[in-house]
Amino acid sequence: MSASVLFDAPGPKAVIRNRVYAVCGTLAILGLLAVTIVRLGDKGHLAPEMWDIFNYAGIRQNIADAVLATLKAFGIAAVGSLVLGVLLAVARLSDHKPVRWLATGFIELFRSIPLLITIYAVWVGFLTDHSMWALAAGLSIYNGCVQAEVLRAGVNSVPKGQREAAYALGMSKTQVMTTVLMPQAVRAMLPTIISQLVVTLKDTSLGFIILYPELLQTARLIASNTQVNGMYPYVSTIVVIGAVYVAMCLALSGLATWIEKRGRRAKTGIGPAAPAGNAAVLGGDAGNVAANTILLGGGGDGTVDKGN
Amino acid sequence: MNVLLDHFSEFRDGFIGTVSITAVSTAIALVLGIVVAGLRVSPIPPLRWFGTAWVTLLRNTPLTLLFLVTTFVVPEILFPGMSAFVLGSIALGFYTSSFICEAVRSGINTVPLGQAEAARSLGMTFSQTLRLIVLPQATRTVLPPLSSILIALTKNSAIAGAFSVTELFGWQKLMSEEGYDIVPIFIWVSLAYLVVTFSISGVFRILERRMEVAR
Repeated sequence: MSASVLFDAPGPKAVIRNRVYAVCGTLAILGLLAVTIVRLGDKGHLAPEMWDIFNYAGIRQNIADAVLATLKAFGIAAVGSLVLGVLLAVARLSDHKPVRWLATGFIELFRSIPLLITIYAVWVGFLTDHSMWALAAGLSIYNGCVQAEVLRAGVNSVPKGQREAAYALGMSKTQVMTTVLMPQAVRAMLPTIISQLVVTLKDTSLGFIILYPELLQTARLIASNTQVNGMYPYVSTIVVIGAVYVAMCLALSGLATWIEKRGRRAKTGIGPAAPAGNAAVLGGDAGNVAANTILLGGGGDGTVDKGN
Repeated sequence: MNVLLDHFSEFRDGFIGTVSITAVSTAIALVLGIVVAGLRVSPIPPLRWFGTAWVTLLRNTPLTLLFLVTTFVVPEILFPGMSAFVLGSIALGFYTSSFICEAVRSGINTVPLGQAEAARSLGMTFSQTLRLIVLPQATRTVLPPLSSILIALTKNSAIAGAFSVTELFGWQKLMSEEGYDIVPIFIWVSLAYLVVTFSISGVFRILERRMEVAR
């Protein structure tokens, strides 16, 4: 149902009323912004000197290093979570009961514990001197569990005929999984996988709490070590760092949307599912995964029909 | 030396802290999320743009950054000396509201077209259509994603512990700083979170069963 179904095409009166509402709403939003700016200005946070600190080569270098550190932790965590995700997904789909139970228990346990608790436990318990690896390990464990569920839904959504045909050709279980099921599952779930990677990228900011010098930690250090006009430039640093984060996340989400569009253009195979909202993936709820499966089931039928 | 028995009162305070910050920010997130979802489907373009900007901005900002914003920027704008609990609830509530908004909006999309058309042909206005016809029917499809969003919120509330709110992560940090072994601490904290998340999914299962209607 598109938005326009909810209201009639406005008549002359409604047009005027909508315009009044629009003006009032805009004024209210602008008013809030104005109050924010005025209050911040009063406190001296908008003084040019506050923002001038980003012209110093040292601070620029710090921020560049921090972006690199964030990306490094993200890269390790992304690879780690995908590898762990594939392993756990395969284990959970295994024919051997103990393996299946172990994987299910692992996934359910770490998916329902806050990521921060895991990261902190890994940091204190095992990797006290290596905060980057602690962060990456915690992120890999948690996101690996989520990716495993996504991949499992993807494997389950591959039409049954694919598996049966592969077995009929005499392929072994491993061959069926690696050459037939997994590639199709990955292709179908790529948008969801990437939106979970966006979540991973955002969660690297938890390195802040275990003192890993990523973007946020650097922001705090810059803000608490620089003094301008007798004040700490928290506001300007947070705004600049926030912009960097939003830009990075939007770039990754943009990639997910692009891949989804590209996948829809292709006529072969099963199409990728619409990227699930971040929220649903964050929650890692089975409901969302089930919805994807249903959606994909429809796409799969198309392939079978073509065969006829 | 048992970490739970030795520090049970702190653990209890932490548990209550987690539950209360979850409850308060759930309330904030639900109200804001539904209002912003309403704005996003409203007939007034500037309000629609505002809703889109709200969701895009909040969904692409790390929660830790939002906590920094509420800790350092919000007191400057409103008034200094707000408690960490209030600031933490604001950060969590605002962050989660963007996810709830998207869940509600996709719930609105699942209500059959005829319902809104019928409401309009009865002469209902936009707000009447949304309030009396569409949103009540959307509730049924919104419940499952809502349950997972609220579980995510419970888990995210751990970050508040790093910003001096009394809750379970704070207890974990305190205990490990006092030199207790991390493994039992981890187990107890995880159990406490499991209790909260399981009760949330239990409540939602009951709600879903009660809302179930044969179509």
